[in-house]
Amino acid sequence: MNTTMNRTDRHSHILFRLHIDGPLTIGLLLMAAVSLMLLYAASGQDIALVQKQSVRVCLAFMAMFILAQFPPSFYQRWAPPVFFIGVVLLLSVLLFGVSGKGAQRWLHIAFFKFQPSEILKVVTPVMVAAYLSQHRLPPSFRHLTIAFSMAFVPAYLIAKQPDLGTSILVAASGLFVIFFAGIRWKLLMIAGGCVSAFTPVFWYFFMHDYQRQRVITFLNPESDPLGAGYHIIQSKIAIGSGGLTGKGWLQGTQSKLEFLPERHTDFIFAVLGEEFGFLGVAALLLLYLYIVGRGLYIATQAQGSFERLLAGALTLTFFVYIFVNIGMVSGLLPVVGVPLPLISYGGTSMVTLMAGFGVIMSIHTHRRLISQ
Amino acid sequence: MRRIREELKDTNAEQVLFFHRAIAALVGICLLMSLLLINVYRLQVVAFDDYQTRSNDNRIRVVPIAPTRGLIYDRNHVLLAENRPVYNLEIIPEQVKDLTKMVTELCELLNLDASYQEKFFKDVKKQRRFKPVLLAEMLDEDQVAIFSVNQHHYPGAAIQASLRRYYPFGDTLTHSLGYVAKINTNDLEKLERKGKIANYAATRDIGRQGVEKFYENLLHGQVGYQEVEVNNRGRIIRTLKYQPPVSGHDIVLNIDIVLQKKAEHLLADRRGAIVMLDPNTGAVLAMESSPSYDPNLFVNGISNTDYNMLLQDKDRPLINRTTQGIYAPGSTIKPMLAVMGLNENKINPTQKFFGDKFFQIPGTKRKFRDWKPEGHGWVTVYEAIEKSADTFFYDLAYRTGIETIHDYMKKFGFGQYTGIDLHEESKANLPSEDWKITRFKQPWYTGDTISVGIGQGYWTVTPLQLARATSILVKRGQDVVPKMLNTILDPKVSPPQTNTAQDKVPRIRLQRPLDWQVSLDGMYQVNHGKSGTARRAFRSAKYKAGGKSGTAQVIGMKEDEEYDATKIKERFRDHALFVGFAPFDDPEVVVAVILENAGGGSANAAPVARKMLDTYFQDTLKVAKR
Repeated sequence: MNTTMNRTDRHSHILFRLHIDGPLTIGLLLMAAVSLMLLYAASGQDIALVQKQSVRVCLAFMAMFILAQFPPSFYQRWAPPVFFIGVVLLLSVLLFGVSGKGAQRWLHIAFFKFQPSEILKVVTPVMVAAYLSQHRLPPSFRHLTIAFSMAFVPAYLIAKQPDLGTSILVAASGLFVIFFAGIRWKLLMIAGGCVSAFTPVFWYFFMHDYQRQRVITFLNPESDPLGAGYHIIQSKIAIGSGGLTGKGWLQGTQSKLEFLPERHTDFIFAVLGEEFGFLGVAALLLLYLYIVGRGLYIATQAQGSFERLLAGALTLTFFVYIFVNIGMVSGLLPVVGVPLPLISYGGTSMVTLMAGFGVIMSIHTHRRLISQ
Repeated sequence: MRRIREELKDTNAEQVLFFHRAIAALVGICLLMSLLLINVYRLQVVAFDDYQTRSNDNRIRVVPIAPTRGLIYDRNHVLLAENRPVYNLEIIPEQVKDLTKMVTELCELLNLDASYQEKFFKDVKKQRRFKPVLLAEMLDEDQVAIFSVNQHHYPGAAIQASLRRYYPFGDTLTHSLGYVAKINTNDLEKLERKGKIANYAATRDIGRQGVEKFYENLLHGQVGYQEVEVNNRGRIIRTLKYQPPVSGHDIVLNIDIVLQKKAEHLLADRRGAIVMLDPNTGAVLAMESSPSYDPNLFVNGISNTDYNMLLQDKDRPLINRTTQGIYAPGSTIKPMLAVMGLNENKINPTQKFFGDKFFQIPGTKRKFRDWKPEGHGWVTVYEAIEKSADTFFYDLAYRTGIETIHDYMKKFGFGQYTGIDLHEESKANLPSEDWKITRFKQPWYTGDTISVGIGQGYWTVTPLQLARATSILVKRGQDVVPKMLNTILDPKVSPPQTNTAQDKVPRIRLQRPLDWQVSLDGMYQVNHGKSGTARRAFRSAKYKAGGKSGTAQVIGMKEDEEYDATKIKERFRDHALFVGFAPFDDPEVVVAVILENAGGGSANAAPVARKMLDTYFQDTLKVAKR
């Protein structure tokens, strides 16, 4: 393990004292820069939009900073009550919620709307990590079952809204904690097998028509090129026509001429592909990999299983966003409404993720000089 | 902090466990990243060309540009057919979010009634995707202005300006000038077969009749192209390439609108035809068929009701009577028969013949009566023409025989196409023995020949054939081909057949060329002689003219047309015909007139011919003769 001697210098370092992790911050700042650049292109050179997003970016960084100040023990203590409230709120959304776009996701409370599912995105992994870290790892069957339900109950409630994308993310974040907690591989396979077996049932009885349509369109986008398949076809055209080096910043015809829909939100990766080509894509993936790698490194260096589990789960969840969005935009996965993390236009996802990074930084910078 | 419960936690083991899991996660992540990268590589490198093409296909459109149709002038450069700007409101349905709503709003905005909506939605079903559908045609200036100001509210709707053919003289020239109408599937098939369909990519109308149809190739021009970049909504952002269209050629016809209008006036409220030729060049100076109809109806799309009305009209306005009307020539062909008779030595200029009340084929009882009940008495060939003695020509026909008659008359252009530059023409019928056997499966009887001798029986002609034959007579056997087209207003282009390239070699050679003069002098007497049938009509004319009257009985439109017997009973009276030419010594113009069911030719048709000739000599702006 690391010697305490080396740590002294680091601990007195100003950044460390401010609870900021340098390498991670650099990576995140680079991402912010890339995001604004791409948004400018994707929005058709809309300065006002870029300005709005910059404000959001600042707010997100602030959120990260604030969350980094609290020690991990704080989160461990407050996770259960917040989790419980979140679940209750989810229930009330289902019972009394405001509908928007055919889904019940919002609650009206004292003049403003908010989505309880966003809270659950952050709280679920904390909850599961807090629970499992109290006991010996790898967890026993009993603890596993409880952990599973902690992950699936909010996921199910969210799926009923319906919001399949978010529900999958919430479930995944909980499952990652379980993975890191050491669930035996055999058990994992069996669980995976059960889920696969459950899929047809899921398809017929639990999926909505539009969700089914999305899978069908994914399998064969050309079957409805002007309707459901339009997004994905235009997206692939945008990416593919970028070639090796891309058409150049602000020169993407698919985005400039508005053939690509949602280009400043979910499909912004396609703008990157069109304007910066394969090289640009590789560069972005490397940047993401750097951030993910740093997150995992912090996780391995963390003191305490709660800290380890949480850091690892948050990092993997971040990666899931990346994989699902890019996979969807490039035709590997069906279309689900998942934004490209830290780049897509929009505030909620960014704040949530940056909050997560804030927690990771908290884990990293609250380590004691001498491990107990 | 609660840490230890029932079990003791083994921190080291947990750390190691975690470390392994983290490695596994990292490996998984790298694998998935690679998967993403490979997939993107497939799109951007392997399938690059394909996607680049599709990217271009999205944004680049080739828009054909219609060429401007050539204008048509009369011989004095009066405009007969022009192109007028027309504004249409079109919508591309795929670009509109709520089509019904927008259409309703537009109709209200522009004061369009419900019928526009109905028709629009019917058309939407038929039209191909992403092609514009017409909502309203020929908007007036106010509507154009109102829409333009509000255009941004209605993405997907746009005003298309185009040129539409317009005929300022309306029904005066319909049959000869013709008209253009919207291209239909038949036209498309024909264009495809001729390999011309690319040139018509942007064209709406095609020549459907008359000069417009015959000279379609000259008038149409060549299509142009615009390569444009469009955005998602099909809005044109910028032009990448532009190739201008080539306008069609402007052409000048031989028609003189002054003469044409006079002819129209003379035929008003009657069924008939007038055609006027220049015998030296074949130029058609006037071609009028009555009743007529407004060609502009067809340009804009005639309604089924209106078209049916024209089709069912008993007076058959759709037929061009000058080229398609089939009539018995009556006595108008006697001068030609006389020439034949002289050349065949069946008659001679000084010989006299006794014109009895009737003629009989020797050994038969049937009497072929003369129009004059008491007969004409002794007549020379001159007088036979002047007074239109029938028995003289019965006798001549009898002694000559149908085959010889057929041979000679064929040389005058009877029974054949005249070579005029119009498609709508009939050959009428010049009978012969072979013909009758083929047509009726019956042998030719001598009695049939007798009728032919005075231009009745199986012999039919069109007014244009009559004019042409008279021109050949006037030019002493030189062939005359009638021509609508005068010149093309582009010095670099030569017309398909020029007017000046004529047969200088006389088609009909007589043993004694002076025999031509015999018939011509006879025709002089018709108009100016003491007993000429048309002397009253040509009294106090300022010029000397030759002519021949005729009175015919057959009502026919097309030679393969069956006619309704009940209708004949209603329209029982004879047709009046007349052919004339002037000035007598050096003829400049030949005119043929037919008035259906008007009665006697000299009484009814001759005065009309006189008025036409008067107009020619007084009111036309004469161009220098070629």
